[in-house]
Amino acid sequence: MEALRLSRRDAIASLAGLPALSALAAALSACGKKDIRGLPFDGRIVGPDVARGHLLRTGDLLSRPAVRTERVGTAIVGAGISGLSAAWRFARALDTDFRVYDLEEAAGGTAISGANDVSAFPWGAHYVPVPASPNRALEAVLEEAGALIGRDASGAPEWAEEMLCREPEERLFFGYTWRPGLYPRDGASHDDLVQLARFQREMNVLAARKDSKGRRAFAIPTRLSSDDADLAALDRITMAEWMRTRGYTSPRLLWLAEYGCRDDFGTNLEGTSAWAGVHYHASRLPGEDDDEDASEFLTWPEGNGRLVALLAKSAAGRLSASSLVFDVVPAPKPGAPVRLRVLDAARNEVVAVEARHAILALPKFAAARVFAPWRAAPPAFLADMSWAPWLVANLTLAARPEEKGFPLAWDNVLHDSRSLGYVVATHQSGPEHGPTVFTYYQPFTDEAPAAARAKLLGASWEDLASAVLADLSKAHRDLPDLITRLDVVRWGHAMARPTPGFLSNSVRHLAPSGGVHFAHADSASLPLFEEAQDAGVRAAEAILAARGVRFASLAAG
Amino acid sequence: MGNGEGSAGPGAAPALRPGPVYLAVLLIASCGLVYELVAGTLASYLLGDSVTQFSLVIGVYLSSLGLGAFLSRYVERGVARRFVEAEIAVALVGGLSAPMLFFAFSSPRWFPPVFYGVIVAIGALVGLEIPLLMRLLKGTVIFRDLVAQVLTFDYLGSLAASILFPLVLLPRLGLTRTSVLFGLLNAAVAFWSIRLFRDRVGPPGGLFARAGIVTAILLAAFVVADRLTAVAEENQYADEVVVARTTPYQRIVVTRNRAGFQLFLNGHLQFSSVDEYRYHEALVHPAFAAAPRARRVAVLGGGDGLAVREILKHPEVESVTLVDLDPAMTHLATTHPLFLALNGGSLRSPKVRVVNEDAMIWIEKEPDLFDVVLIDFPDPTSYAVGKLYTSRFYSLVKRKLDPEGVVCVQSTSPLFARRSFWIVDATLRAAGFSTRPYHIAVPSFGDWGFILASAKPVEVRPRLPEGLRALSTELLPSLFVFGPDVARIDDVPVNRLNDQVLVRTYEGEWKRFD
Repeated sequence: MEALRLSRRDAIASLAGLPALSALAAALSACGKKDIRGLPFDGRIVGPDVARGHLLRTGDLLSRPAVRTERVGTAIVGAGISGLSAAWRFARALDTDFRVYDLEEAAGGTAISGANDVSAFPWGAHYVPVPASPNRALEAVLEEAGALIGRDASGAPEWAEEMLCREPEERLFFGYTWRPGLYPRDGASHDDLVQLARFQREMNVLAARKDSKGRRAFAIPTRLSSDDADLAALDRITMAEWMRTRGYTSPRLLWLAEYGCRDDFGTNLEGTSAWAGVHYHASRLPGEDDDEDASEFLTWPEGNGRLVALLAKSAAGRLSASSLVFDVVPAPKPGAPVRLRVLDAARNEVVAVEARHAILALPKFAAARVFAPWRAAPPAFLADMSWAPWLVANLTLAARPEEKGFPLAWDNVLHDSRSLGYVVATHQSGPEHGPTVFTYYQPFTDEAPAAARAKLLGASWEDLASAVLADLSKAHRDLPDLITRLDVVRWGHAMARPTPGFLSNSVRHLAPSGGVHFAHADSASLPLFEEAQDAGVRAAEAILAARGVRFASLAAG
Repeated sequence: MGNGEGSAGPGAAPALRPGPVYLAVLLIASCGLVYELVAGTLASYLLGDSVTQFSLVIGVYLSSLGLGAFLSRYVERGVARRFVEAEIAVALVGGLSAPMLFFAFSSPRWFPPVFYGVIVAIGALVGLEIPLLMRLLKGTVIFRDLVAQVLTFDYLGSLAASILFPLVLLPRLGLTRTSVLFGLLNAAVAFWSIRLFRDRVGPPGGLFARAGIVTAILLAAFVVADRLTAVAEENQYADEVVVARTTPYQRIVVTRNRAGFQLFLNGHLQFSSVDEYRYHEALVHPAFAAAPRARRVAVLGGGDGLAVREILKHPEVESVTLVDLDPAMTHLATTHPLFLALNGGSLRSPKVRVVNEDAMIWIEKEPDLFDVVLIDFPDPTSYAVGKLYTSRFYSLVKRKLDPEGVVCVQSTSPLFARRSFWIVDATLRAAGFSTRPYHIAVPSFGDWGFILASAKPVEVRPRLPEGLRALSTELLPSLFVFGPDVARIDDVPVNRLNDQVLVRTYEGEWKRFD
């Protein structure tokens, strides 16, 4: 535990820009390089456009007059997965009377990706688990992506082998070497292994459990989960408490459980609702035996950027990028339009939009500044919501690091680190040698999100790059010599944190209001592709139904 | 044991008997030379170019002996004690030299300093010891005799070591155990000298303790020697290393002995020139006997050019595309005299196009179709190679195959790795191929398996080129017969990219024979 705390402080301190510590981090990482601050490679801070987003805070925009008024059937605000999925749903219903607005230059939200000479790489979300239960919308998108290639005699989907995560899937740097899998088995005590087996059995039982209505205990999307009282009660305690009450005390098992929370939610054990913490393990298909994780992942070099590109095709010609929607006024009476105002950042002019419907596919902290009624009276649910800041770095390497132990995997996790380690962008595309790109993920789980966010957004590229290097140099001492570029993205609000009570937050019952629908993965659900897609598809279908369009629902469940 | 008798004059230590000291000289000299030979062998094995390595090792070692002799003048008092201490130090450094160098080799940055540091340390310590011994004997023996005897035993020890090393030590013990064993010998000399010089070394407790600790360390190293090196390469050092090269992709080693020469990739034998014809005739000709046409041929793996040699025996072949990851391998096959003599310069044929690329990546973008594809990858010992045995890879191969074309896959040994062999068969069938497995005895490998595969049922016609040494039309049908200990296992999984059962199965099966 001491090592954990030290490394955490190390990373945070260097982010905070404490000169001595960050210099130390740089010195450590540069590994004998002459100039302490000079990193031997290029890089920069890549979007999102924090300044543009912050224009919403002051309210100055509200006083600016519109230069013209446009009209559209449905205005979709936000081109993340939920907004793009709504566009995709409209396009499938042959309804093209919509427009998608996003303040960034590129669509995708936190699933955006990048590319260079070496490889495409993700800047955020980078995989989708193979669906554990039938999900029409998800299967339709995966079929379009070429991932679902057919069905067997029983109707079960068959997946494209080259899009399923290749072996070796994951490895752990523990002690002084890389080991297979995520759980540190070497040196585990008998009690450690007994607790692990008990934990896995318990998760398998929960994964297989169905309620009297036939609903899974922990489903994806979460709204399809059982609401049995004993399950709902899990949302009232933290994952840490749950582990304690179930007698799980093994430090290795606690590490594994917390890794799951940090990985999917950007929260630590104390900050995660037990319902969410259990969901991570029990929403997947039960393993065939205790050792085997049966769940499989679909992934691509650019991560979910592959799906973003596919969904964005539905919005081709109907996507307004660099367009900040700063005001949405619901229709005062049936038949009246929803009124929106948009800052076209390229031309620096404000455009008014009249829409029959709007979908606010924004995180709620942003929606609260955009949606006029919420500006007037902040919604109650907001007080209990918070968002986790994340740092994502892409390290372009001239060659693979020299290393010992288990070979390079897709997901490479460092046990004694508060980062999540890195994913190898070229893992799926095949080359086993030569240049590659590592995508490094670091959620800030251990202090108040606002404080961590302020440090993250205040840090320079040198601070961030040094912190990444200091962290990874535990496992890869030759990294500074191999890196040709290191770019970083600072996600101030990467994902909504599923803290205790998130499931019963009143945001869950948020209903359309005055022609405005709400679609985002932060409405009492988890920060997953499937949730965002489900929210977008259902909002689009609600509008299609309101318009009297006949369609067969694709919504899961 | 030296039982240093003799009358002690007042204030002086008793005179030494020279005999035991000469024996010590002999042992010290042989130990020193063994360390030198170990270092030279290791360097030529790890770095290649044995002439350079041995000449550097000898030069550095001899000059270090001089350095030690020079330093001996600074030992003014406690000569015997310093001698014993030097002996304990040689035991430790020399004894652990082979394991240390093996470890250091994994880091290109650290290998040269560790390598030369070890040689200089051993040379200087041994160089220190002989003058010290001579000083100890001074006064006991006439100086003329002393010099003659000490140097005689010194050189005799070297002769003994230089004869024992290649003939007995290396083949029987391997490098690590040899170096550790001689370290123990040095430690024994240290113990013995403490007794021998007991009147001159001062308090013996500390010396005994140090010698004891070093002995314990060396004994432990001797026991775990196999795990220390943990490479199957040990047994190759017995033969002369002709080429040793570490490329970004693999480690290429070519050794030569009386019978012929051998290629090792990452420590795994790829062929021995004695019987490779059996392997390559079996890999190539059955596919040609089954294919209705063989104008366009691809070889995946097989950068040694030996499969291509067999392919070119079929005059109808118009083009051969050889895809091998490692340019160093195909370069060797195109330029090294040993390889050229064996493959007949096959890769220099105008019909042959060499592509140095990962076969998985090449095959996705290759526009041409092939009549015959020969797949000759190393055995699936890692995920990186295992991916070339997956249903994904085989379905990509199928797309590049003429509808009537035929594939042959080297599929490891159905005897040593029976389940693995039948997994390859099941995987080919999962990719939509009909298969015809067969096998042949290759003494260097054992019973070796291949699988013919085609989109249509495979029919092997009795059609072989002239002049084959292993195959005949009479023999051909018998290759397709599998006895009970290698017979088909039906209930095997398919090897997939996302679930590489073959790598795990293969590892487990070969462990039983190691």
